[in-house]
Amino acid sequence: MKFLDEYRDAEKVKILVDQIQSLNIPPINIMEVCGSQTHTILKYNLEELLPANINLIHGPGCPVCVTPIGMIDKAISLAQKKDVIFTSYGDMLRIPGSKNSLMKVKASGADVRMIYSPLDAIRLAKENPDKKIIFFAIGFETTAPANAASILTAKKTKLTNFFVLSSQVLIPPAVQSLLDSDLIKLNALLAPGHVCTVTGTKWCGEISNHYKIPITVTGFEPVDILEGILISAKQILSNEHDTVNQYKRVVTKDGNLKAQETIYSVFEICHRNWRGLGEIKNSGLRIRNEFSHFDAEKNFEINSVTTNEDERCIAGEILQGLKKPNDCKLFSKDCTPTKPVGAPMVSSEGACAAYFNYRKVNELV
Amino acid sequence: MCLAIPGKVQKIIDEKSSPKMAEVNFDGVIKHVCVDFIPDIKVGEYVMVHVGFALNKVDEKEALNQLKAISTAEDIIRKKMK
Amino acid sequence: MNMDCPIPENEFEKILLAHGSGGSLTGKLIQDIFIKSFNNDLLAKEHDGAVFNIDGKKLAFTTDSFVVNPIFFPGGNIGELAVYGTVNDLAMCGAKPLYLSASFIIEEGFEMETLQQIVASMKTAADKCNVQIITGDTKVVEKGKGDKIFINTSGIGIVPDEVDLSPSNVKEGDKIILSGTIADHGIAVLSARENLAFQSEIKSDTAPLNDLVEVMLKVSKNIHVLRDPTRGGLAASLNEIASKAAAGIIIHQDKIKLKNEVKAACELLGLDPLYIANEGKLICFVTPDDAEKLLIEMRKNSLAKNSEIIGEVVNEYKGKVVLKTLIGTKRILDLHTVEQLPRIC
Repeated sequence: MKFLDEYRDAEKVKILVDQIQSLNIPPINIMEVCGSQTHTILKYNLEELLPANINLIHGPGCPVCVTPIGMIDKAISLAQKKDVIFTSYGDMLRIPGSKNSLMKVKASGADVRMIYSPLDAIRLAKENPDKKIIFFAIGFETTAPANAASILTAKKTKLTNFFVLSSQVLIPPAVQSLLDSDLIKLNALLAPGHVCTVTGTKWCGEISNHYKIPITVTGFEPVDILEGILISAKQILSNEHDTVNQYKRVVTKDGNLKAQETIYSVFEICHRNWRGLGEIKNSGLRIRNEFSHFDAEKNFEINSVTTNEDERCIAGEILQGLKKPNDCKLFSKDCTPTKPVGAPMVSSEGACAAYFNYRKVNELV
Repeated sequence: MCLAIPGKVQKIIDEKSSPKMAEVNFDGVIKHVCVDFIPDIKVGEYVMVHVGFALNKVDEKEALNQLKAISTAEDIIRKKMK
Repeated sequence: MNMDCPIPENEFEKILLAHGSGGSLTGKLIQDIFIKSFNNDLLAKEHDGAVFNIDGKKLAFTTDSFVVNPIFFPGGNIGELAVYGTVNDLAMCGAKPLYLSASFIIEEGFEMETLQQIVASMKTAADKCNVQIITGDTKVVEKGKGDKIFINTSGIGIVPDEVDLSPSNVKEGDKIILSGTIADHGIAVLSARENLAFQSEIKSDTAPLNDLVEVMLKVSKNIHVLRDPTRGGLAASLNEIASKAAAGIIIHQDKIKLKNEVKAACELLGLDPLYIANEGKLICFVTPDDAEKLLIEMRKNSLAKNSEIIGEVVNEYKGKVVLKTLIGTKRILDLHTVEQLPRIC
């Protein structure tokens, strides 16, 4: 496919690896913020090509993993209501709540449907006037414009049976909170290319200035990630701390202004709990009051559920880059994709799932 | 996060409809995609699509420059090695 | 009275969809529940069918149930799938398929005309494979108690004396041939599901492989094992063989062919084609000396014109499959534990 295959090319990979290897790199920590980048790194085993001094740290960029357990319990409770069709992106269906998952309540008879686009939920609402359609709006800035557009469309077409359970989070505050925490020394960041497609790169510039850390806005294919690492390593060696855009074919400085406008016409910024990380100030999006008739939390009675997180799970530390999935005692023993204890084991882009599905040859016993 | 895939806009379904939809061709797979966020979109351009919405155009010139720069770096390395 | 359950307690209290996905949970279910209880030598071989002798005749016997949704999909329907699926399982045993049975579980209210269409295409399919459907059964369940129609077919065939296909024959150095592009069937079925609607020319590859296998067995006496990578895809079949043969397998990703539009659909939905079902492809383990000549013969068959040597059996990684990626790195190609879902992330 055009714009994908060129970036999976073995020769270009080799050129970039040669350049990285030719640098005299001291031990450094580079965090790839985004879970899709983590997956490319594991799926192509890029670490096999990199000098041992480069330590890749996997960031919190998996919207599914950081959705708080209480929110998943709410979703499950809504899905079990009478006359409700609960719609969700496929990623969310297997994520464990306190007791259940959406997949399990579906197996017990709840009408849970996997959708590809929020517009599919709108279509379902039009086709099923006697049902209430609830859409589980999760995601980062990448997904927020589409989620917002679904509410605007519902308003325009005067739908009264369409509701949204919003659990959206914002990347910049999460990155700042990681850099503030001092728990881990990061030498460079690979910023998430598709978030920046919407947001632009200004926030990256502010962070690289303030924290004196090089940031490379990076794409998702092996060539992208290796080039991101090369740019980061060069900056570290020359003591620079700028924001560089590696993903120029898609990301512009201002981002997509129309998409940003759409997000903030429907949502407003709020404090938000991140699963495993705790509350991060101003890191979430909630539905504005003028759209409250679409807000599932305001239009359905949700039985208070006592949420219950398994204490043995170290997802929080993994999402902060403090530990790697195979540092966890439960990993691949008590916690597997079929019997997950924590969300990163089942989210399609969770770090634990990536470690589980894409094991390295030297991990064979 | 955020799986997004490049595809080519082959038809704007209805200029005036809201949301504005386009047929986007991904190497033979055709999907209806909302292009509301790219008001100046034209047939033949490539867009990055996430959950049925085009988030931005894919800039072919930038891509070519980038790929060329990587290949040029190879020439430099080769010359150094000579 | 003894109320103890003879079956050991399973990790899961209930059957999950993943138990039927062809991944590691399916394997566990077969091992822990079925093989443990039925317990016999023929079953323990876990081939696509059982091969045994009756009065000096070597026979192959197999069964399969078909529950595809939707029942009509681009390139085929549940009826021909039910015929070809069982014919192919027999062919993978090296058998010449002879007779099939067909059982129908039909949901109340199912259209008679649709049933006729399905049955007609079963007849056409059976003629194409030179088999006859000689016995069967019909059950109707109340509306809501089944999903339109389920079909079970069983099949019986004769295995030539000299043919012996089994993972235990696999040897270091064996070449692995794949007979064409992968993931066509799974993606064709997905494309027909309403909630993921996209338009494409993608068609299921559903086809009978018995003629191809007959030719292959004539060309080479050194074919060690055959498999059709259906549910669970290429990755599941390779893992099954690696584990049964206690052999290490290396697969080269750049040798595995995908149709452009199938690849695009996989990218779009975030699915890995190595785990997606095929219904008209086979993998063949053959000695290195015979690999090239076999490949040349296979490519003459219209169902296998895209055949390619995709990997080999090595002395390392016993019981595992290692993938050499497009960029030359290596990693383990594991069984998936859960069925892939289309994703956004």
